[in-house]
Amino acid sequence: MPRVTYIEHGGKRHAIEVPVGDSVMRGAVYNGVPGIDADCGGECACATCHVYVDQAWLARTGAPGDMERSMLACGADTRPNSRLACQIRVTEALDGLVVSLPDGQH
Amino acid sequence: MHMLADHPERARAWAMPLADIDVSKGYLFEQDVVGFYFERLRLEDPVHRAVSKRYGPYWSVTRYKDIMAVDTNHAVFSSEARIGGISLAERPQAEMFPSFIAMDPPRHDEQRRAVTPMVAPANLAMLEPTIRARACRILDGLPVGAQFDWVERVSVELTTQMLATLFDFPFEDRRLLTWWSDMATGDPDGNGPVTSWEMRLAELGKCLAYFTRLWNERVNAPPANDLISMLAHAPSTRHMSPDEFLGNLILLIVGGNDTTRNSISGGLLALNRHPDQYEKLRANPALVSSLVPEIIRWQTPLAHMRRTALADVELGGKQIRKGDKVVMWYLSGNRDPEAIEEPDRFIIDRARPRAHIAFGFGIHRCVGNRLAELQLTVLWEEILKRFPRIEVAGEPTRTRSNFVHGFTAMPVVIPARIG
Repeated sequence: MPRVTYIEHGGKRHAIEVPVGDSVMRGAVYNGVPGIDADCGGECACATCHVYVDQAWLARTGAPGDMERSMLACGADTRPNSRLACQIRVTEALDGLVVSLPDGQH
Repeated sequence: MHMLADHPERARAWAMPLADIDVSKGYLFEQDVVGFYFERLRLEDPVHRAVSKRYGPYWSVTRYKDIMAVDTNHAVFSSEARIGGISLAERPQAEMFPSFIAMDPPRHDEQRRAVTPMVAPANLAMLEPTIRARACRILDGLPVGAQFDWVERVSVELTTQMLATLFDFPFEDRRLLTWWSDMATGDPDGNGPVTSWEMRLAELGKCLAYFTRLWNERVNAPPANDLISMLAHAPSTRHMSPDEFLGNLILLIVGGNDTTRNSISGGLLALNRHPDQYEKLRANPALVSSLVPEIIRWQTPLAHMRRTALADVELGGKQIRKGDKVVMWYLSGNRDPEAIEEPDRFIIDRARPRAHIAFGFGIHRCVGNRLAELQLTVLWEEILKRFPRIEVAGEPTRTRSNFVHGFTAMPVVIPARIG
């Protein structure tokens, strides 16, 4: 099963097995990784699953769609490697993915 | 809301012909009975066309899933002020103050981005000590053993002090923020201080003048950490027209004002009406973190947000036409059993307490949502340190409005202090 590493803002790392087809958001929420709130439940509607994708992996996660880009445009402290975790579907190709969590969701 | 099976209004809601149901009437909210109508609409006509004497024809969207579909489809469902804005009540162009809540992209995005840093997580952490100090001071000044109005002494006071801080607004004038907010959201048909549309406009004119003065002071001073200064210096907003600047300021005064105020009042009432939950909270004060979002869901301080269709679109099996008014009833969505387990129970330790729609969703989702939660969190933490219980001593008076869902008065007594 693919493994995703979530790095909390304070540096603590969580290596989580996330089934193919689940979102990176789900992997965090279902495994008690703190720092992803996912208020809207994965509908790309709240931007509280905001993560920074490690540069080495960014291209492999694919490009954000229109709605994700709209939500990120209004988000707090977004960077070029910002993504919404609910929009990243885990595949075998993403085994080893590393994401960092921001200093609080908003 | 009253959801008792034997309430007389429930029978009325079910006996009435479906086509006659019009949930925009203020008395339904003042008497706290609109929930029966929402329940019927969710079940029988989730996208429901009504014709109001005051507002004309409009669609009521009452299910959580459909509300989210509207809220996230800003390309079709517009917030633009010039075609009707974001509430059922519309005012003439001359009386409107443009702000990003009532704009579509791209203008919406540019202006919202200027404000977002103010309420970003790092900034909230900086604001917390001030919020706490203010909450402590207000709570320590409350009478013990004597009745007082919670709305005035706590809900309004705490919220207003917070806003004055955010704006670096002259502290001694802070009640003007409440007054102007009540003017902005008020209606001559309501039970608030607005007596006529002319009076409202005149008062908002004074608000404009006051803030224009503050703007002129701050734009000429070095950048500071208050909202006015931020707007005055940020590249995307410093060249805003006076109308737009003032509109956005009013948005921020209003957005953070009666909503937070009514959540502070509503939370106390909910705990009183669900004493088992109040007991659970006292036994485990750490539950404040799940209490707070549940309070916001339960109260849903803005009952609706409205959109205008930019194109014909199908929704919930109905044909919406270009130009139609579409009302998202957040108050109904937050009681939808298809989205929320046991929605008519106030439960302070839900597994996913933030899964509610009181802040909306999509690009217009409440920018101050974490600031609202922070104020409520700090308040309840400090209450639990001080008072074993706060008792609501009589029937609260509710706001007569289909938009602002709250209280104008709430008599309470604090029987004793801890220690």
